[in-house]
Amino acid sequence: MSRTITLSKAINEVMFEEMHRDPTVILMGEDVAEAGHPFKFFAGLVEEFGTERVIDTPIAEPGYMGIAVGAAMTGMRPVVDLMFGDFLYLVMDQLCNQAAKAHYMSGGKLTVPLVVNTNLGATRRSAAQHSQSIHALVAHIPGVKVVLPSNAHDAKGLMKTAIRDDNPVVIFNDKMMYNDKAEVPDGELLIPFGQANVVREGRDITLVGTSSMVGVCEKAAEMLEGDGISAEVIDPRTIVPLDEATIVDSVKKTSRAIVVDEGHQSFGVTAEIASRIADRAFYYLDAPVQRMGAMDVPIPFSPALEDLTVPTPEGVADRARAMIRGDI
Amino acid sequence: MAKKPTKTNAEDYLRMYRQMAKIRAFEDNANRLYLEAKMPGLTHMYSGEEAVAVGICEALGPSDKITSTHRGHGHCMAKGADFKQMFCELLGKAEGYCRGKGGSMHIADQDNGNLGANAIVGGSMGIATGAALTAKLQGSKDVTVCFFGDGATAQGLMYEVMNMAALWKLPVIYACENNGYSEYTRTDEIAAGSITARAEAFGIEAHKVDGQDVLAVNTLTNDLVSRARKGEGPFFVELETYRYHGHHVGDINREYYRSKEEEADWKKNRDPITNFGKWLTKEGIASAEDLAAMDAEIKDEAKAAVDYALAADYPPESEVDAHVFSGVAHARPYLSGAEA
Repeated sequence: MSRTITLSKAINEVMFEEMHRDPTVILMGEDVAEAGHPFKFFAGLVEEFGTERVIDTPIAEPGYMGIAVGAAMTGMRPVVDLMFGDFLYLVMDQLCNQAAKAHYMSGGKLTVPLVVNTNLGATRRSAAQHSQSIHALVAHIPGVKVVLPSNAHDAKGLMKTAIRDDNPVVIFNDKMMYNDKAEVPDGELLIPFGQANVVREGRDITLVGTSSMVGVCEKAAEMLEGDGISAEVIDPRTIVPLDEATIVDSVKKTSRAIVVDEGHQSFGVTAEIASRIADRAFYYLDAPVQRMGAMDVPIPFSPALEDLTVPTPEGVADRARAMIRGDI
Repeated sequence: MAKKPTKTNAEDYLRMYRQMAKIRAFEDNANRLYLEAKMPGLTHMYSGEEAVAVGICEALGPSDKITSTHRGHGHCMAKGADFKQMFCELLGKAEGYCRGKGGSMHIADQDNGNLGANAIVGGSMGIATGAALTAKLQGSKDVTVCFFGDGATAQGLMYEVMNMAALWKLPVIYACENNGYSEYTRTDEIAAGSITARAEAFGIEAHKVDGQDVLAVNTLTNDLVSRARKGEGPFFVELETYRYHGHHVGDINREYYRSKEEEADWKKNRDPITNFGKWLTKEGIASAEDLAAMDAEIKDEAKAAVDYALAADYPPESEVDAHVFSGVAHARPYLSGAEA
């Protein structure tokens, strides 16, 4: 059986199920207990598990991230909530110098089973410090896995896998998607990392989209269908590790690819995936791989400006048409 | 100065002496390996500060935890590390504590409760506090000691985690080794006001102790550890101490920040090992000959471990992408989507 639930509800179910399954799972963060988080996805947890395991912290991201790293090293499985992905800049030392490297630097002795639950995504009219998509920054650091769910179903299955993983895992949900619904099966749902999802099959062009951009690519594919263009949409679901084979096989079939990601376009996810496609499918390509990311500017507040900074279905469809026409 | 010596105490005292002498011997050899260009990179000598690590770690059991610093060899040895694996790690050999991947500044020895030395100044304060959170949540009674230097008191992280440790009554002891210098700068140039008062501002009981007096350190720590086990933590201790070498082994010409006279004075009058040795003989716990014999035995043991480490194998090249992720044999194929 399955039901239709929101992405918020999926997170909520994961926490209830995993905290019941494993007494070492704890939740830490700002306003995660009685408030249930500003986005409400932790509602009811403190009533069920108490303040020992659902821990409201001061507004001190580096401090509680560091405490979570130490707790993880010594037998707990902390889920740390960072209310906005933008706050990752505050915890860089604890996440990248400590959590990411402890296993390697200790020759495999120390493990850090830590989950960071955070978000990405613009267009919430939140301006430059609450709208960033900085997952590429984390993906750059060896030792951290990076998960980008694009719907409630995957959010549930990937977060459960993350909590059971013995390594630091950062999950970025799109903050505009918390209320989006999807079919989610009852009971256990585990989605392995490094397995892309072919969201839609097609022949003429491959659209690789991550997180918020999967929906953008799907809408673009629908528009293209009206023009007789068959687009394949691939959602990597995790970028560390990255399922190269599914992407490369698709591009070998379609001979064209656009990579769409909400991080800033330069030095980011689109560049990495485009380069891997070029490395492994260059001789199959009929056009240069195209990249579409967020504009390389801080995200502006004004809706008139903000909407210009992120890829749209129309933009992706236009780029695809130009490639098919041979203009690119 | 301390409890009246009894037979049990005598054994404890002799072990403290031995542990301090082992740290000194380790550092003398490490320094020589550097000067003879046999050690890759640099290292930071603990010589002069032995009474801090030993006085504290002798108050801990094997399942109690510590976190250490870039100047961490003393903490590792005091918490039970052995010469061979230490020297192997310093030389980047496969038999080192971290299979040669960590080196001098990252020695972790989980079996003895050492959660790792840390090359980011103040970087382990969260980890230590988190280990104490685990102890509280699991009801284990373990205590964690967080070692850090006076330089680390300038890091904001310290105040964030002390706040949470105090709010949540965690069994952690913050041990500030104040050796008077923050790298190449005098501590009074980088620390405003009182260091202990900073802990007291969070309602944390803070103490100041002579870090050259192993018995004073040990007596205080024994008390704080047993109180922390009962849920009375956290605590803060500032230990006044001195490093004999420069910030690191390459910091040879350092008269621009501290005088040779000052160094000579500490070595002559406040050496923790010499002074404790004198006390042991005065109390009739050991003769000067006993101590000399112990010193000689330790020197031989250290030399044998150095020879062993010099001859030991480097890790195989195939290990370069091992241990990136737990449960993943080699990171490179895994990152491209191959099965773990």
